[in-house]
Amino acid sequence: MKGLKIIVLAKQVPDTRNVGKDAMKADGTVNRAALPAIFNPEDLNALEQALRLKDSNPGSTVTLLTMGPGRAAEIIREGLYRGADSGYLLTDRAFAGADTLATSYAISCAVRKIKDFDVIVAGRQAIDGDTAQVGPQVAEKIGIPQVTYAEEILETKKSSLVIKRRLENGVETVEAPLPCVITVNGSAPDCRPRNAKAVMKFKHARTATERQDAAEDYIDLGRAYLDIAEWSVNDIETDVEQLGLNGSPTKVKKIENVVFQAKEAKVINGDDSGIDELMKELISNHTLG
Amino acid sequence: MNNIFVICEVDEGKVADVSLELMTKGRSLANQLKCKLEALVIGHKLKGLENELYTYGADKVWVADDSRLAVYSTLPYTSITVKLFEEEKPQIALLGASTFGRDLGPRVSSALMSGLTADCTSLEIGDHEDKRAGKEYKNLLYQIRPAFGGNIVATIINPDNRPQMATVREGVMKKEIFDPNHKGEVVSLDLKKYVNEEDFVVKVIERHIEKSKVNIKNSSIIVAGGYGVGSKENFNLLYELAHLISGDVGASRAAVDAGYADHDRQIGQTGVTVRPKLYIACGISGQIQHIAGMQESSMIISINNDPAAPINKIADYVITGNIEDVIPKMIKYYKKNSK
Repeated sequence: MKGLKIIVLAKQVPDTRNVGKDAMKADGTVNRAALPAIFNPEDLNALEQALRLKDSNPGSTVTLLTMGPGRAAEIIREGLYRGADSGYLLTDRAFAGADTLATSYAISCAVRKIKDFDVIVAGRQAIDGDTAQVGPQVAEKIGIPQVTYAEEILETKKSSLVIKRRLENGVETVEAPLPCVITVNGSAPDCRPRNAKAVMKFKHARTATERQDAAEDYIDLGRAYLDIAEWSVNDIETDVEQLGLNGSPTKVKKIENVVFQAKEAKVINGDDSGIDELMKELISNHTLG
Repeated sequence: MNNIFVICEVDEGKVADVSLELMTKGRSLANQLKCKLEALVIGHKLKGLENELYTYGADKVWVADDSRLAVYSTLPYTSITVKLFEEEKPQIALLGASTFGRDLGPRVSSALMSGLTADCTSLEIGDHEDKRAGKEYKNLLYQIRPAFGGNIVATIINPDNRPQMATVREGVMKKEIFDPNHKGEVVSLDLKKYVNEEDFVVKVIERHIEKSKVNIKNSSIIVAGGYGVGSKENFNLLYELAHLISGDVGASRAAVDAGYADHDRQIGQTGVTVRPKLYIACGISGQIQHIAGMQESSMIISINNDPAAPINKIADYVITGNIEDVIPKMIKYYKKNSK
């Protein structure tokens, strides 16, 4: 095979490990602006698998595709620094408020527009929703096979890939024809770090909007690789009804803060006598032993 | 028509626990909605499985039995499910949030353009009023799940699209025989109408499944550690205590993410749900995602150096202190007092 055209689906996610009180908007959707944004961890595992495929198949290219607000261009740059070749940012208010189905529809439309690809690699799931749905939903919309819970791409054959999957209690090796969608588990190898040369090459990579906002003195030196493609709803072919909040079959009916039924807890002193008493009590009431 | 379907997972010739748990839940939802409960079983050598499903309340069992379906594969399973659903138009479809359900569910929902909610912790029936559109909906499935880092619980609905699909993790719902004498009917699907050759393009080359060595789901005593345990080394204290009191070690997601414990020990919404006699939470702050997986424990002891840790609110005993200090003392005084 003379090189693969690889698309990596990546998402910039709020770091849910540091959620503050203002994280949700009144309509139940996420207020992303209030949170630190990171490259979704399993998408980095996916990027690594893509880069390994590229390494073992000379002539391959890795293209990142992400959907999100303008600042999601940050993760495209991060991907470029680590070895990807190009990226697309899908950004438009029309995509906002999408559930997994409307998200996968928009992404599948963008993939159709990119058109020329052999394999799509994505993280198994994103830490903000933990649904693991978008990968398979994209595969279905494009009408190609999927391999989920992938841990390693073992081999590239003439028109197929051999992939190891990590299941609940074992592993499975499958051979899937190209093109296909692969979603990668967090148990897969970590992503390689930034490459200094790539950082030098791509540090001025920007979307058109970023250039506008920064009012940078941009001189076109014919370095097209510094342009991160930015697509709005008008740049891809879609049925608008299937996008965003309106195109989402699932709706958030209610969001509640969690209030626990507080129990009257017995407070135990952590010193020797406190623990001694506790253990005696647990043994005598047969909780232990 | 418009019944409740459970897409059953078959594991070593038996219906998986998570599927039977969903049958139990599906039966009670069906009673509430006054509709039927149906099961879909795909695989090979499935004869007789319908009898067990009847006792869990199945009114009808759809069977797709073929040697090519012996091992789960996305495309043929999707084709069968999608075509059957297009004919039968279920109002609700449930499946386990296992690798099986999380591979199949989204594929089916994408094909049918129906909503799917992952990892629900509760399913209820209720109404909904869409004030903006001036529409009222009766008897929707409320799909309830902790969301977004676990600070909130969201109720998700699919007002317009059918089926309303949800996945639920193993252990979240309770498995209970509905009626040992309950009978239903079995329908064998004529596979030629449901799958075609192209559905078998992905080949399974090798499959190596081993029974998980860790099975904390049925432990009666669990010593669970969180991020506050601080290190993998400190986790050894938990193993020592668990071993001594015949318990098992569990972990919060934060502890698993930090590499202190393996994923098969994870307790919570994205891990296992447990209901032990005694739950000792060590250095666990108590995000709702974790609490969702252990709140039905009979007795909860929380050891935390933060007296305001949320988990303390549901604990029966609260010990304020460091893991390194408290656990060795527990070991010492258990040994002393159990003699």
